[in-house]
Amino acid sequence: MKCQRCERPATFHITDLVDGEPNELHLCEECAQTYLTPTEEEAAEVMPAMAGLLAQHLAVGESADDLKRLDQRACPVCGITFLEFRKQGRLGCPHDYTFFAEELEPLLMNIHDDTQHIGKSPKCGAAGADQQTQIIRLRREMKEAVATESYERASELRDEIRALEEQFRKDNG
Amino acid sequence: MNLDDLVSTNGEWLRGSGPEADIVISSRIRLARNLADFPFISKTTESDRAEIERILHSQIQAIQEAGKAPGDALYLNVTDLAEVDRQFLVERQLISREHAESDGARSVVIDTDERYSVMINEEDHLRIQVMHSGLDLEAALQRINMLDDLIEEQVNYAFSDKLGYLTACPTNVGTGLRVSVMLHLPALVITRQIEKVFKSLQKINLAVRGLYGEGSQATGDFYQISNQVTLGQTEEGLAKKVADVVPVLISYERQAREFLIHESQETLHDRVSRAFGILRTAQTISSEETLHLLSSVRMGINLGLIGDLPIPTINKLLIHTQPAHLQKLSGNELDAADRNIERATYLRQHLNVDGTSDPSNN
Repeated sequence: MKCQRCERPATFHITDLVDGEPNELHLCEECAQTYLTPTEEEAAEVMPAMAGLLAQHLAVGESADDLKRLDQRACPVCGITFLEFRKQGRLGCPHDYTFFAEELEPLLMNIHDDTQHIGKSPKCGAAGADQQTQIIRLRREMKEAVATESYERASELRDEIRALEEQFRKDNG
Repeated sequence: MNLDDLVSTNGEWLRGSGPEADIVISSRIRLARNLADFPFISKTTESDRAEIERILHSQIQAIQEAGKAPGDALYLNVTDLAEVDRQFLVERQLISREHAESDGARSVVIDTDERYSVMINEEDHLRIQVMHSGLDLEAALQRINMLDDLIEEQVNYAFSDKLGYLTACPTNVGTGLRVSVMLHLPALVITRQIEKVFKSLQKINLAVRGLYGEGSQATGDFYQISNQVTLGQTEEGLAKKVADVVPVLISYERQAREFLIHESQETLHDRVSRAFGILRTAQTISSEETLHLLSSVRMGINLGLIGDLPIPTINKLLIHTQPAHLQKLSGNELDAADRNIERATYLRQHLNVDGTSDPSNN
């Protein structure tokens, strides 16, 4: 049997359902591939990449100036700027959800159609989130102190971190 | 037990016996969790990652040693593994591609029966995943909750009352839960209804992915259906949404198979038999062609067009004919051309088991 679209032999036999009616097609491998492969547009529709989705949603409703100002804001705990987040689609620390709350809200609404968690929660509760955030910040400051050879400051920070960690263990123990 | 012992075994999720196992290969659930007192991975230093790895690894080990988690566990330091071993774990779906390819301290704890695996320092500090054969989301959810609770007793997860479990990517925040069901839908592909199905799934906010998750192409008619939303619904509600839609897809697939049997049985039988013939006689074959042909054969078995070949054998071949598996099985590093020869040999050996000798040797 010859391919219905060219002169080569038909090796693919495709049954298409058109409005519930079977429609048989006999194609060679190459024509079958063209026929069966979704166009780029279709493929993009089928598998929306999360990152692409994110970038789209973020651009909604922001003027260029707004976006520029917003992009420069940096989280005091981990140091990530909103621009960095927009580029990589990943946040830097748990505190970002608080620090960028306003910016993230429309994004969350777009992705999840909701902004309030109603699922499972840790049995010990979410107590001490501020303390833990503080530990992340102090560790970063300590690292910076070491980098600038401010060893005295670094050792103070280390003691502070240890005290917090100790207290945290007691609170949760 | 070490990684090499996994090579010859077959994961629990491939045993092909759960509910609806002719169409549903497996049910998987994963949870994303982060420690509250460390930055997310992108803002960690090398020493942070080593510390996170140490903390989580020792806590999970303690749970194992106390006999609280089921079965035996295998701990693997992914950073130190050879590339072929990392690829092997990806093919086996025990770690993600991202976990295999990223940098810094990272590891995985694997149940030796492959019912769960826990990745440390993937996109989030912790990724717990549970896999079951067939359509079995309720049991999978129960098991993953148990594992999550056990770990949570030992560490402090990043959590807020408003947004739930805090994750590196806002697409996972809230429950951190991704429920996914892997389906074999060859008849919907042949009858070209699959696109319509995908579009309707998207409308109800469910994602469709290929065999190997995010960004992978659907190969050999295998598709993963999963939830997009993770916030604002309960874990049970999210699992139910997927669990409710899967029977509909199964019935579409069955109708399409029925249609093919009635309307073009010769064509279908021919397709299946040719696929089987090629797999049993080929001397060199690519992994892509193998997947496509195994897909036809798998459907042929389910429709009674090929007798005496168990579905678990096909499930196993789907995984064992992939590049890293072939190299681990043969014990040699093989280039693409040699792999194609090795793959064909492996297929001939496993598909000519009915007493007749390998027809290609005659």
